[in-house]
Amino acid sequence: MKILVAVKRVIDYNVQIRVKEDGTGIVTENVKMSTNPPDDNAIEEAVKIKESGKATEVIAVTIGEEKAQETVRKALAVGADRGIHIKAEGAIEPIAVSKILQKIVDKEKPDLVFMGKQAIDDDCNQTGQMLSALLDWPQATFASKIEVKEGKLEVVREIDEGLETIEINTPAIVTCDLRLNEPRYASLPNIMKAKKKPIEQMNASDLGVDVAPKIQQIKVEEPPKRKAGIKVSSVAELVQKLKNEAKVI
Amino acid sequence: MSVLLIAEHNNKELKSFTLNAVTAASQIDSDVHALVIGNNCGDAAKAASELPLVKKVIAVEAAHYENFLAENFAPVVIKLADNYSHIVCSANTFGKNLMPRIAAKLDTSQVSDITKVESSDTFIRPIYAGNAFATVKSTDAKKCITIRPTSFDPCESSGGSAPIETAEAGEEFSLTKFVKREEIKSDRPELGTARIVISGGRGMQSGDNFKLITSIADKLNAAIGASRAAVDAGYISNDHQVGQTGKVVVPDLYIAVGISGAIQHLAGMKESKVIVAINKDGEAPIFSVADYGLEADLFEALPQFLEELNKLNTIQK
Repeated sequence: MKILVAVKRVIDYNVQIRVKEDGTGIVTENVKMSTNPPDDNAIEEAVKIKESGKATEVIAVTIGEEKAQETVRKALAVGADRGIHIKAEGAIEPIAVSKILQKIVDKEKPDLVFMGKQAIDDDCNQTGQMLSALLDWPQATFASKIEVKEGKLEVVREIDEGLETIEINTPAIVTCDLRLNEPRYASLPNIMKAKKKPIEQMNASDLGVDVAPKIQQIKVEEPPKRKAGIKVSSVAELVQKLKNEAKVI
Repeated sequence: MSVLLIAEHNNKELKSFTLNAVTAASQIDSDVHALVIGNNCGDAAKAASELPLVKKVIAVEAAHYENFLAENFAPVVIKLADNYSHIVCSANTFGKNLMPRIAAKLDTSQVSDITKVESSDTFIRPIYAGNAFATVKSTDAKKCITIRPTSFDPCESSGGSAPIETAEAGEEFSLTKFVKREEIKSDRPELGTARIVISGGRGMQSGDNFKLITSIADKLNAAIGASRAAVDAGYISNDHQVGQTGKVVVPDLYIAVGISGAIQHLAGMKESKVIVAINKDGEAPIFSVADYGLEADLFEALPQFLEELNKLNTIQK
């Protein structure tokens, strides 16, 4: 069984982002970048399945500028076997990403495609579902537990009401929740070994996918700032303020 | 052209956020049609027909729609899509799972989680966990949009009498099977719509200690939330998680207890009208968004809080 894992390079989750003064976007110069957190869970799960003997190969794929390759390299350092980097500049919308991934799936013929449930930059939460639609494959979104069975997966999904379990035949798409597993850190020897693993590069345009945005970003603004609050000195004062000043209880 | 609103329901009743989605849909175009896909969902279709903002209800019933699988729902919507300029649904786990499957088939770049309708093609949506808001214009002929329910008021739920039409069911997608759903039943208000929310974080130290939160929630008729750290640690189940990848809440009063205030948590609650933070670390980022901050050990503060509430003659419900 072959598992393809899609990973995205985003601004690190610990960075407090800044909006550009001219309102054209977010400041990305000299900002720490890393792998989209739930994509780390996707890689971890694929590697665990391989380690259990149920998969033979894990391929990490990313789409983006030259430096996006670092994200693939990191996946290789934690156990992916080889990488694919599709070069493209600027923000690529999920619809275009899913069309590119469809081309890669056609070529690589994986049994499973894993990715994070949502990228923490655009917060779209679309790509996995879109790819399943284009391929007419089953989708298991927001997965917090995956059990590999013969020709199928049993997946526990986190939904608003609690948990839902579904069974999907492979080939299938799974989008991963942060609670799926605890991603490992790469050891130094494995980082060194990863440098020798192959990363195939190609251009989005070579795949015949139009990546021009269909959504125009008119402006980006900071949210309104909350007025600074006060510190209260006791619980009694807090309750009195909530009752008489804020009038919420 | 008209707006097709995909109603979320449990085959008997509409889910409350459907009312918020109808409001958003009506701001795009006044000709809102509600699509109710389900199994024996006549009551839900009737409830949709009673929403005054809904002009027509389309009901599609079959046994394989019982469990709301996106693989079964998407073809129904796609078949009806020709008649509509916009397809709209709530950005909760139901809509997030379903809408992109529709958008991809229609070759549309979906606009997710909008908080405001500027015009029929221009919307505002949060990005980077709500640390920025983007105004975006969709250039697709047919637009697929999910709406952030807490950013729109619920519509009127009675007084309407829209006609209910039925449409033919599609085939079952045989490669995905529903197994089970574990819903946590509770008499408390729903987290997404509660007037008061009290949330616990890692500082609670154990699931058992959440009873300190529960007793205050009982007193205030509040919903119980949690930070991701508390859910990850197993103190409380995932349906309580507030934040970027959990639920977004906008209550009148949000009480954060033992929560440091990571940006991912703030993303889910910082639009609340009044925020209270109780934390023993005076430097915790949660205090930067709190209207009232109490620097205290929660294990002392929470019992005192309950005691003070008990002293009050009246508590708003």
